Amino acid sequence: MLNWLRRPKHGRISRRDIPAGLWVKCSRCGAAVYHRDLERALKVCPKCGWHHRLGAEERLSITLDEHSFEEMDANLASGDPLRFDGYREKLSEARANTGNADAAIVGVGGIEGYRTAVGALDFAFMGGSMGSVVGEKITRVAERALQDRLPLVIFSASGGARMQEGALSLMQLAKTSAAVGRLHEAHLPYLSVMCDPTTGGVTASFAFQGDVIIAEPGALIGFAGRRVIEQTIRRKLPERFQTAEFCLEHGLIDMVVPRPELRGVLARLLRFFGAPRAVAPEPAAAAPDGEAQPAPGEPGGPEVACP
Amino acid sequence: MTRALPERDRAAEARAAEMEARLAGIQREIDALRRRSEKDKPDAVEQIRVLEARGEELRESMLSIRTAWQAVALARHPQRPKAQEFVRALLDEFTELHGDRLFRDDPAMLAGLGWFEGQPAVAVAPCKGRDTRENIACNFGMPYPEGYRKALRAMRLAEKFGYPVLSIVDTPAAFPGDAAEERGQAEAIARNIGEMTRLRVPVLVVITGEGGSGGALAIAVGDAVLMLEHAVYTVIPPEGCAAILWHDAGRAREAASALRLTAQEIAALGVVDEIIPEPSGGAHLDSQAAIAAVREALRPRMTALSNLPVEELLRRRYAKYRAIGYHEEQS
Repeated sequence: MLNWLRRPKHGRISRRDIPAGLWVKCSRCGAAVYHRDLERALKVCPKCGWHHRLGAEERLSITLDEHSFEEMDANLASGDPLRFDGYREKLSEARANTGNADAAIVGVGGIEGYRTAVGALDFAFMGGSMGSVVGEKITRVAERALQDRLPLVIFSASGGARMQEGALSLMQLAKTSAAVGRLHEAHLPYLSVMCDPTTGGVTASFAFQGDVIIAEPGALIGFAGRRVIEQTIRRKLPERFQTAEFCLEHGLIDMVVPRPELRGVLARLLRFFGAPRAVAPEPAAAAPDGEAQPAPGEPGGPEVACP
Repeated sequence: MTRALPERDRAAEARAAEMEARLAGIQREIDALRRRSEKDKPDAVEQIRVLEARGEELRESMLSIRTAWQAVALARHPQRPKAQEFVRALLDEFTELHGDRLFRDDPAMLAGLGWFEGQPAVAVAPCKGRDTRENIACNFGMPYPEGYRKALRAMRLAEKFGYPVLSIVDTPAAFPGDAAEERGQAEAIARNIGEMTRLRVPVLVVITGEGGSGGALAIAVGDAVLMLEHAVYTVIPPEGCAAILWHDAGRAREAASALRLTAQEIAALGVVDEIIPEPSGGAHLDSQAAIAAVREALRPRMTALSNLPVEELLRRRYAKYRAIGYHEEQS
């Protein structure tokens, strides 16, 4: 069910196909899991329930209605404004490994028929770090939501601001916060989903500015790194420190939602906040005969917006 | 969009590093001579004098090469005027406010009311100490979430009465501790940044020492962001950057150069609007002159921003941050 996203641009390489019949070892519990089972379970280990990390494309493909995604600004790529040693090499490596131009994919798509602006960060691309491009894309997708009166859903997975762009990365915290702030003023819903891991500058900006904040089970969520904190307080931290469950207990997030239920929870929230419907309500994401509804904004697609 | 910076002057960086190594060598020789002369060699006194003179010469010529690491050292200089000193000197009849009304009063963050050049204003500033005792009391200028929440409460008060906000910034970082995390350090910073992008009064910011990452930005989003000549502004402390990149915090000097954190570079990136010159040799040599320079730089900006209609102010603030960033388009 994965990899249906249309990615015709820029000769992106597709994710490496795992040969059929391969068994993979759960990095958490060590259990051997048939890879098809793991994929079918949305990469949640059937043995221990650990939510393995997803790339941005995988994330969007398991969340959005089939063929509903219209990507924006796929061609934005990081430059090297500071001439930081080794940055261009790291970028090339990350581009080759992920097939993406940078650490965020943004656009407009449907979640159980609700049309929404959406973004996903990719931890596999330099730790999902936010430099100018990630900041710009999050800003643009928020501005798109404002312009079309759409809700905004962002899946974060990031180590924080990207060091190699220095203070420019830091300013992306302000830029994205300003853009998300305009949604609040326009009474448009913004749902923030924190995936493993969401830390540093991303938590200190848009990830913690959602009207509703959701986290995946077990996700690492926090501002400062565990090692830095342990050095500061000269104590070992408990295992569950800075987990999604820890954040829930301390009142920092609204809910922890297992991956298989996430799409349904998002749809319920979008409906509650008055999100527009792209298509007539349909229980199944994909039409069973494979006939896709015209995507909103495309010829034949309905014109819709938040009230 | 931001323009890329020119290539670093690596020759100058290498020269400075070489001079510093020589200086360290001279210092070691002096120390060795001192230890021996304590016992039985009075003739070492003359040798020490010669070495000290050579060291002084080296120090003089090093001043001609400005390096990022020197800026870091000056920004962290213990005698550098503290943010709270700027606030208390710039605002007449300063009245301190305490507490975030939610948890406690954070001594690492100062908030209060006063008159700037006859105009009522609300000020926020992290507090660093002048000695170890003071520093322990104010947590080395590293606020907890309640510090940021206190600052936001003060800014909201300014908004209610239409008074401008003056933020003086000198903090190494938001405090990285377990209690800070439990109380939502990230949330507090995110909220401040978000609220400051749309606060309906003028916000004037001066980075006077260390502009330490998100912990600084949480009180540094504004209509005019100024920076003292030897202050630094960075996304991560150079030590942390070196530890992550090269697994060696000792290479902080290199990281400081790479991060382009000096006022000149930060201004070239469009992150600050103006550099305020410091008294010759640095603000620590003449606090009064440094404070006067900040006052002079703030005065016209305060007047100009106070005369702008609110909607225009907010439009410009959005546009200012909207434009910061550097990207390329792949074909």
